[in-house]
Amino acid sequence: MSDAQSRIADIVKSNDIVLFMKGTALFPQCGFSSRAIAILDRLGAKYETVDVLQDAEVRQGIKEYSDWPTIPQLYVKGEFVGGSDIMMEMYENGELQQLLGAEA
Amino acid sequence: MPMAASEIERMIRESLPDAEVTIRDLAGDGDHYAARVVSRSFAGMSRIKQHQAVYSALGGRVGGELHALQLETAVPTEMTSE
Repeated sequence: MSDAQSRIADIVKSNDIVLFMKGTALFPQCGFSSRAIAILDRLGAKYETVDVLQDAEVRQGIKEYSDWPTIPQLYVKGEFVGGSDIMMEMYENGELQQLLGAEA
Repeated sequence: MPMAASEIERMIRESLPDAEVTIRDLAGDGDHYAARVVSRSFAGMSRIKQHQAVYSALGGRVGGELHALQLETAVPTEMTSE
């Protein structure tokens, strides 16, 4: 496992809810990341974020980590949940509340 | 380099021949699209796998030359109804 991959694995495993995104929760730098934050905030979730714009290795590595080409990416309890489209779909049908609620 | 909607649709159909593909150009700039892809081949796949199948059909362009693709996937309703 490369350095970036093991760093990502550490982050994913040591945070119950973590969002890899562009920018920060306060200042998302992309519409998709902004949408992901809005959903998490709406659900009152306690989450960590990782700004991939600050770390080129993680920005590239996270795409390989889950074989997923885009950012944001949400991980809950070490499992990849999806990007912002899947988050929105799960939010709308109540699945995300359930998944995150179970962690609170 | 933006991608034409017709090209996106063609690439998805090449991998998923039965797919019903609906594409909207969100910003009118040929660079921000929403796609809905309905295919029988999604049956039994998780949402993540369904999206990965579409990304793989687009051959690595998503996240690169195709920056913004809002994606929705589904199996045909006749397969989900009782």
